[in-house]
Amino acid sequence: MMGKTFTAHVRSQPDLAMLDLAGEINAFAEEVLNSAYAEAERLSPGRIVLNFTKVNYINSTGIALIVGLLSRANKSRHTLAVYGLSDHYREIFQITRLADFMTIYPDETSALADSLPAE
Amino acid sequence: MITLIRNSWSRLFNRKARWADKKAADGAQPFSSHTQIVEFDITPNDPLLAYLLSVSSAVDLERLKLESPALRKLKEAGVKLVVPLISQGELIGLLNLGPRRSEQDYSADDRRLLNTLAAQAAPALRVAQLARQQQAEARERERLAHEMRVARVIQQTLLPKEIPALPGWQMAAHWQPARAVSGDFYDFIQFPDGCLGIIVGDVTDKGVPAALVMATTRSVLRASAEQLVFPGVVLEQVNNTLCPDIPLNMFVTCLYALLDPVTRRLRFANAGHNLPYQRTTSHRVLELRARGMPLGLMPGMTYEEKEVELAPGDQVIFYSDGIVEAHNTGGEMFGFPRLRELLAQPTCASEMISCLVSELAAFTGPAWEQEDDVTFVSLSCEEIPPAPSMEGSAGVTDSHAREFDWPEQNVEGEWRALAEFTIASQPGNERQAMERVGEIAVNLGLSAERVERLKTAVAETTMNAMEHGNHYSPDLPVEIIVIASPAAIVVRIRDHGVDQQIVPSEEPDLDAKLAGMQSPRGWGLFLIKNMVDEMRVSSDETHHIVDLYLQLTGEAK
Repeated sequence: MMGKTFTAHVRSQPDLAMLDLAGEINAFAEEVLNSAYAEAERLSPGRIVLNFTKVNYINSTGIALIVGLLSRANKSRHTLAVYGLSDHYREIFQITRLADFMTIYPDETSALADSLPAE
Repeated sequence: MITLIRNSWSRLFNRKARWADKKAADGAQPFSSHTQIVEFDITPNDPLLAYLLSVSSAVDLERLKLESPALRKLKEAGVKLVVPLISQGELIGLLNLGPRRSEQDYSADDRRLLNTLAAQAAPALRVAQLARQQQAEARERERLAHEMRVARVIQQTLLPKEIPALPGWQMAAHWQPARAVSGDFYDFIQFPDGCLGIIVGDVTDKGVPAALVMATTRSVLRASAEQLVFPGVVLEQVNNTLCPDIPLNMFVTCLYALLDPVTRRLRFANAGHNLPYQRTTSHRVLELRARGMPLGLMPGMTYEEKEVELAPGDQVIFYSDGIVEAHNTGGEMFGFPRLRELLAQPTCASEMISCLVSELAAFTGPAWEQEDDVTFVSLSCEEIPPAPSMEGSAGVTDSHAREFDWPEQNVEGEWRALAEFTIASQPGNERQAMERVGEIAVNLGLSAERVERLKTAVAETTMNAMEHGNHYSPDLPVEIIVIASPAAIVVRIRDHGVDQQIVPSEEPDLDAKLAGMQSPRGWGLFLIKNMVDEMRVSSDETHHIVDLYLQLTGEAK
């Protein structure tokens, strides 16, 4: 039953790094998530966007991992944003107040649009 | 004409000579035809004193050649003859006489008469002096006793006038000073959000000094508790405030607990005070430990903060060291083991404080001179009355399902048992539990939103059960029972931990976590409570039980 059911891949975009997450964010995800995030930090000078579209489960340990990423981002002066959250996990981001510290976009298009300089 | 210089030992030996007679001080004729009482003090080293003691009879001052300030003043006042009043070898006064009206010298007969008079007057004067001294001492004692009575009344006004009334909770307090006033104190602070602060403290020493420090500490504690949330931070601030001002060699032990009466969570920090005891429904007595130095010893101290969730029927006793350090006539100390054994006895459950007070009295005996202040505060979570039976349950034969005891007004109709299954205690298995319960909830017509919430609550509770209750032991599965009524679904999750603490040590605060002041973890219980309409925690002899309750209809939480 046990196994690593989580993957994370980094995509470099202009002015940001996109972190595509898939599977379950729980204790097993820690190493993969932190490693991918470190790569995203190297690739982006300022903004990192987490893609939750293919994430089907986040437990309390997963929330703690995201808090850890947010703490790292604050220290390195990166901005974190997310998209692709289900309604349920969007609610959890709100009650845990993660939503106060990271912008939540409905999809990738809106996340990317918000990163473009204003015309 | 006789002038009596009113003397006593204290006046005789005062360093500063003093004339109280206004007329004399104003330069008026010092002696009139009437007897006057003139206060006159003679310094202890004035040679006149030794001389008068040695002669013990009338002395003609004009013939006396002494370098004596007192002698000079007597002469200036017009005194011609001095007769010492001596009682039991002590000079207690003088008879001072001015010139005779005939302007002749005092005769030998006059002197004999005066000496006889002095010999009889001296004892009488001494008796009068002693009587006056005793009256003064009695007045002083009465004044002090009155002041102590007032101090006790004032101190009692600093204690709570009544015990707070919290639905579902019983509280009691007992304050028994060893003297008129006490260094022990307790306090209740009711907060607007419904939480209750409970303070028990003990100042070193007894009596007035301890009472004064107690009053200050209580005020500082109240002010800090009303500004700050976390008990540990409250004690930290109080310690820093007290440190510069508290007298040397004095300090305060104090326990501050914050009760959320709805969640039954008790968060506490301890500044060197006796550890409170938690008495569970299974008669186990647990110490509620949190580390911290007494208040007022050293600035900059930090205070560990702990939290427990009390189950219905649990009791907590806070106490000062007056009980554990009490001795009986054989010199034996009451001690912590005896206190703990008493608390474990079922007979001590209903009236805990009365039981302890009577046991203390029985231990010390009727002639006990109370050694130290004795204070108790008790907190009892009321037990929930047994639930109506679940006649008509179908599908699952589960005797435990009958134990559900949700308030009747929360349900309509009868309960149905829907599922009973076990999950092996292995990381990741919580997903099995959440998916199975999720399927059941969907079939009951629960909205998708509420199904997801229930699933998250079930997953988190199952994780806690596997990790904290069963310690991921392969031999100890987590048992899950699902029942429903037309109005609600209840998921009971049971593990093999007894009296385990599944709650994190502190409320998750994202700001604190991001600032590194809290661990990033600790979200499990927070999520559970936010996902369901009600969560209840209980235990029996061998299990720890969490019930998750969600209404099938109605608005989302």
